[in-house]
Amino acid sequence: MAEFFQHIIDGISVGAIYALIALGYTMVYGVLKLINFAHGDVFMVGAMIGWYVARWTGESRDPSIPGALLITLASMAVCGCLGFVIERAAYRPLRNSPRLNSLITAIGVSFFLEYGGQYVFGPNPRVFTVLPRHPGVHLGPVSLGYVDIVTVIVSVALMIVLQRIVFHTKMGTAMRAVSFNSTVASLMGVNIDRVISFTFVLGSVLAAVAGILYASKYPSVQPLMGLMPGLKAFVAAVLGGIGNVPGAMLGGLVLGLAEQVVSGYLSSSWRDAVAFAILILVLLVRPTGLLGRGEAEKV
Amino acid sequence: MRRILPIVLAAAAFAACKKQDQGSGPTSQDATGPIVIGEVGSMTGTEATFGLSSANGIQLAIDEFNVKGGVKGRRLEVKVLDDQGRPEEAATAATRLISSEHVVALLGEVASTRSMFMAPKAQQAKVPMVTPSSTNPAVTEKGDYIFRACFIDPFQGYVGATFAANNLKVKKVAILKDVRNDYSVGLAKNFIDAFTKHGGQIVAQESYSNGDVDFKAQLTNIKGLSPQALYVPGYYTDVGLIARQAREVGITAPLLGGDGWDSEKLYEIGGDAIVGSYFSNHYSPDDPSPRIQEFVTKYKKAFGGQLPDSLAAQAYDAAGMLVDAMKRAKDLAGPSIRDALAATKDYAGVTGNITLDQNRNPLKPAVVLKVGKGGKYEFVTKIYPEGMQPESGSGGEAASGAGKPGTEASNAGQSKK
Repeated sequence: MAEFFQHIIDGISVGAIYALIALGYTMVYGVLKLINFAHGDVFMVGAMIGWYVARWTGESRDPSIPGALLITLASMAVCGCLGFVIERAAYRPLRNSPRLNSLITAIGVSFFLEYGGQYVFGPNPRVFTVLPRHPGVHLGPVSLGYVDIVTVIVSVALMIVLQRIVFHTKMGTAMRAVSFNSTVASLMGVNIDRVISFTFVLGSVLAAVAGILYASKYPSVQPLMGLMPGLKAFVAAVLGGIGNVPGAMLGGLVLGLAEQVVSGYLSSSWRDAVAFAILILVLLVRPTGLLGRGEAEKV
Repeated sequence: MRRILPIVLAAAAFAACKKQDQGSGPTSQDATGPIVIGEVGSMTGTEATFGLSSANGIQLAIDEFNVKGGVKGRRLEVKVLDDQGRPEEAATAATRLISSEHVVALLGEVASTRSMFMAPKAQQAKVPMVTPSSTNPAVTEKGDYIFRACFIDPFQGYVGATFAANNLKVKKVAILKDVRNDYSVGLAKNFIDAFTKHGGQIVAQESYSNGDVDFKAQLTNIKGLSPQALYVPGYYTDVGLIARQAREVGITAPLLGGDGWDSEKLYEIGGDAIVGSYFSNHYSPDDPSPRIQEFVTKYKKAFGGQLPDSLAAQAYDAAGMLVDAMKRAKDLAGPSIRDALAATKDYAGVTGNITLDQNRNPLKPAVVLKVGKGGKYEFVTKIYPEGMQPESGSGGEAASGAGKPGTEASNAGQSKK
């Protein structure tokens, strides 16, 4: 029984990171109807920037709490700028062309970041830990890692913040308006370019946080690390109902739990197969995902 | 694009080759230009240090031969292609080296899976191939042009099991293997065979896939069965993460592994979690044997003080073995080099004396190393194949070996050098 609880806890912790990345996918899709495949690579850049800042500040082995915060904030700032530049340079010129063009551009940007990353950062895995070392908590035979606790708290907090931005701010209202009908929104005086830039920056900032947390949990950072988590987060976003913020969170958790339980009780070789099978089943029964409810609700 | 490019390149290489065949024949057969040897390695990707260390070892060996006047009065040249750690790329690279660079022989790969993708290409073109460190037995079974300079998995599994049973004196071991890697699967299988023969018990067999980052589910299962040691025959990136997570779920037993652990990244990633674990390897730079110390000095001088890992040492031996055969061969045609390689006897390499058996595999001892504080590898013991005696002058146990009757192999090896 202890093993079962351990699997559940590990699943929640993995799922929280998927959820954090999935939030970025879901927001961009909600506003633009664009699947931003480069999102997983922005996540990688977030982790890499963290590595550089950690080295620069000399906090790469046992950082203090202010050090960890500084690393995270610096990484968020750089990724926010990167998100802005990607949208401005790669997606905006194609906004009025067929959606397939943007999709292919997204894949191009993804390759650019991955292989440009190999050129700049080098192909070797690098190691850093951001969170101060702490043995974690032991509840009887079940162990709760310190990183896991922080990850879950940060993910939930960020989701609540995001939900508030979307539903309780002027910018959020504008985002929902653009998502609903961008032409009409622009006729009503909404500055579409600004709204879309804001969406990308917000999504990229979340990816940076996810990158830092992921690198703390699995301390091996390399330019292709965004590939699999990016794909899984995309599945999580679709599972929860793409365009829906709590849906991304739910999708991430379901996926994380499914993966851990499958690796624990079946075999790790089946893990991805089962994760994708769940996705197909959910989409067969609920084509809009678990929490997807129709166009008007989407952001 | 990623898929199409190699095909286009291969087609272009094929066209170029066709053209040249009609002309004066492959350039490497010209009696004046340099002799080109092809090398395939993972210069980038998660196993990049494998490829980079091997390339250094090979370069060192070839430079030395060139200083001594090359082979048959001609200079040697190495052409290296990167396979990014991907099997299909390794096959493409081998094809390219054979058909457009007209190499006389191939060196590589480190990983067994990738060597197995290269081997059919070499066999088909009758170009001898020497893999420095692919330990899976199936590699040389691909054909009679495929050779290796390292021991094979059954032996490494045997070394791990013998060490666990005789030195650590443990009875219950759990296995965590990479199911997508022939090397890992082979080591695990042979460990299980040897360990059960020694009277031990395998309490769990869990698996993962190369590139995974989360192993908590498997480790949680293993913890419940409380083994005294974990056999993890994977590669360093995975093993580093496994070690960390094993400690996180509360496993305190030592980890055991094979030569895939050999990289400074192991400690960087694993940190204190990997300290106190053991792995079998081909050689240790701490080995006091003069042959090894001489190599370490030369390597450090050539590569800015870097300490040669075992992949560098084996690559050095593989290149040395190949050039030695090329010198003995009557000409530089594939079949002649192959015959000379197959006749390799008591080649005095840094990792031990190399004599190839009829399956083109060397019989050599293995060392067991312990990961010490700060990630330094400590030489623990040397384990010989069943029935083989320690050779004098080549190992850390030279003192104890000297008292025993010296084998013919070791004596011949010394005189040859």
